[in-house]
Amino acid sequence: MFDPSSIIVGLELGTSKICAVVGDVNASGALNIVGIGQSRSRGVRKGEIADASTTAEDIRNAIVEAEQMADVEIRSVYLGVTGGHIRGFTNRGVHPVVSADREITKEDVEDVIKNAKAINLPAENYVLHAMRQHFLVDGHDSIVDPVGMLGARVEVDMHVLHGNFNRFQNPIRAVKGLQLEVESIVFNGLASSLALLTSEQKEMGALVIDMGGGTTEYVVYCGGVIKHSGVLALGGDHISNDLAYGLKVPLGRAEDLKIQYGAAAVDESDKGQTATTNSELGLPLKSVNREHLRRIMSLRLEEIFELIEQELSNAGLLDYLRAGVLLCGGGARIPGIQKLAERIFQLPASLGKTNSISGLKSALDQPEFATAIGLVKFGSFQQKKKTNNSFLTQALRETIGGLLGRS
Amino acid sequence: MLHRPAEVIWMNKRNRSKLDATTMSIESDTTCGALKRSFSIKVLGVGGAGCNAVNHLARESFAGVSFVVMNTDAPALARSTVEKKLVLGAKSMRGLGAGGDPARGRSAAQEDISEIRALCEGADVIFVVAGLGGGTGTGAGPVVAQVAKETGALVLAIVVLPFDCEGNRRQRQAQLGLHDLKNAADGVICLPNQKVFKLIDEKTSLLEAFGITNELVAQGVRGIWRLLSRPGLINVDFADLCAVTQGKHAESTLATAEAKGENPAREVMEKLLAHPLVEGGQVLSEAAGILVCIAGGPGLTMLDVNRIMEQINRHAEQAHIIMGATIDEELEDRLSVTLVAARRSEQAEEKPEERLRNGKTPIAMASSATEFEVPLADPLISSRPACRFIAPAPEPTPDKVERLLTQHGTNGSRQRKNAARMRQGQLALEIISKGRFEKSEPTIHHGQDLDVPTYIRRGVALN
Repeated sequence: MFDPSSIIVGLELGTSKICAVVGDVNASGALNIVGIGQSRSRGVRKGEIADASTTAEDIRNAIVEAEQMADVEIRSVYLGVTGGHIRGFTNRGVHPVVSADREITKEDVEDVIKNAKAINLPAENYVLHAMRQHFLVDGHDSIVDPVGMLGARVEVDMHVLHGNFNRFQNPIRAVKGLQLEVESIVFNGLASSLALLTSEQKEMGALVIDMGGGTTEYVVYCGGVIKHSGVLALGGDHISNDLAYGLKVPLGRAEDLKIQYGAAAVDESDKGQTATTNSELGLPLKSVNREHLRRIMSLRLEEIFELIEQELSNAGLLDYLRAGVLLCGGGARIPGIQKLAERIFQLPASLGKTNSISGLKSALDQPEFATAIGLVKFGSFQQKKKTNNSFLTQALRETIGGLLGRS
Repeated sequence: MLHRPAEVIWMNKRNRSKLDATTMSIESDTTCGALKRSFSIKVLGVGGAGCNAVNHLARESFAGVSFVVMNTDAPALARSTVEKKLVLGAKSMRGLGAGGDPARGRSAAQEDISEIRALCEGADVIFVVAGLGGGTGTGAGPVVAQVAKETGALVLAIVVLPFDCEGNRRQRQAQLGLHDLKNAADGVICLPNQKVFKLIDEKTSLLEAFGITNELVAQGVRGIWRLLSRPGLINVDFADLCAVTQGKHAESTLATAEAKGENPAREVMEKLLAHPLVEGGQVLSEAAGILVCIAGGPGLTMLDVNRIMEQINRHAEQAHIIMGATIDEELEDRLSVTLVAARRSEQAEEKPEERLRNGKTPIAMASSATEFEVPLADPLISSRPACRFIAPAPEPTPDKVERLLTQHGTNGSRQRKNAARMRQGQLALEIISKGRFEKSEPTIHHGQDLDVPTYIRRGVALN
């Protein structure tokens, strides 16, 4: 069976579903998806837990299913987090090079990163990720590693994702309550972008939009680093709710209508058409106007995209996205959403595919699993780092031990 | 005509509706000969209150007016002194009454629809007298009015609304019945019973109070009967009556005053303004349409008519006033003024098209209207039922459309500019349900609550 240490599990607590993906790092270091478990999420609103006990139950169901499929015992997970409270911003750290020969040393780089991380946050906020972008040496841009270069001043841009500490604790506690370890918490949008983007796309510049049930995360890669990210607490639930309100149908039916008849644009052919769903008994229920359904839906989707577009144009990033827009999450399944994204961002838009991982084909094709797969990928990177570290320490220990033994 | 009393009596018998004063004075028997067809008025009392009012009416002699009472309650009907009686829904309800349920009243009337039609047959003007709020009057009244109209008669409903103390349910039923009646009848005059309180004092017995209501209904019928049957110095016809009552009769007021003496015009106006239902002239100032019917003996002068109309015009500056003056030999030196004032109401703004839609289809109405018009070959009267069907505007020719559109365009920009200047900030008072996000933390972005559906925030109208 699998080596327990090589098993990496990504757990996403989504608003519409809870999903656990089991990945296995084989001997050559390649990641392989071996199991998926999912269950309908009942206690999560807008990406955050509203009902802890039902959520715990749903998590257990998902984990059990994943365990059965992968035939492993899950002990620890990489937990995806999201929520409207998460903010991303870029901070610049400056450090003057003080050495006499103006050569930038490792210490200088460490100092400048420390400066960039020293941001003024409210006490209850917690830094989820701090991701280094490029260095600047004397104002020269796009330097990947300044060590050894000459300069009077070294600067670095850090993209910092932070959010409310207590609200990060809620999902962690829910998972820990099930006797599972949380290896790390990861921003869902970051995980999705890891799953979807190839390094080439990261280099060219891409926007990943993960439209889930309760939240929509977006991450901008440019020049190989994360330039921008954010969360909108808007998602598929909002569409259903709008439809329920606008078409005067119960929420459950609005959900069905959305899935069956939803589209991101109003077509000429929709005029005067009706949409009908069947009840559980197979009887047709009251039909609604399809044009209205799609109009309500397209307006909401348009707005979500426009908010992101506004944000990115304010940051001046729209012109750098040569790889275009990649969509994932349940929202990516809406017919016509790529066209809508193309219209609003004026960029090529496509459905994101998790190309860079091998394994269960059915799971990899689904846009909904991008986040969970990305979590596994994140975990594999962490694991590699850890093994590298442990290899180093082990080597060190051996050397020292050897020395001691010898002496 | 005044020197031909025999002729007048003849006309009363025949119920000639009205004739122009000029026609009358110049014309001889040839006109009368042309109108030798029967022209009759029928008064149908529907339900308990309607029957009582008709009983009261039938005590007096109305030349050429026939009375019919119909009720679901057979014993009550048996007490009536009116000869023609019809028990509604005798089969299904066994003559035990509708029990205050308009639906039962309606079904009872529908059961006996052929009998009702037979009773209505041959009449030119039909009054439907009913008390609203109960079962029979509220339910059967509109059916009877509908049937009466289908026979080709002009239908005027005179209804009594319940006292406030009779409770909300009856009031509501009465309002629904009134709405149905408006659609079914050509005109509706309603007397809120509550106003009778202004006519009674502490010692008035219950019997007397209802007697007053009946008397008011009787006054109404009498006034209109006179209006239609007596020759007019200044002509008023049924179409005028309908124009006043139709659509805006939420609370039409009907008041009659009589006076005699040296200055009857002043006296009658004083009496009229002192009439409790006129509320010191307030009703006149609030009225949207007023029909004034001045009746006098042979001595009625134009000056008197002028004085009365001046007074009324002063009180009701905004109302659409239709006046008529008739000569009634029986009045001798008395002067009588009957007012029908229709108060402005929401229904008053109702478009004629909507009114048609509410009732029958325009085609059905048109057919009944033509049915009525065919026998009336006389050009004098044939133009009368104009109010029954308002023809749609003629289809504009393409060039006219273009002209109108260009006109609109030039005016439009100016209007829009004005509108922009006039526009005032509006508070979002409408509370929009956020559905499942009601209790979760709101998603606020630049001061906008994004949980509210986008199409509502953007004001996109879904038709």
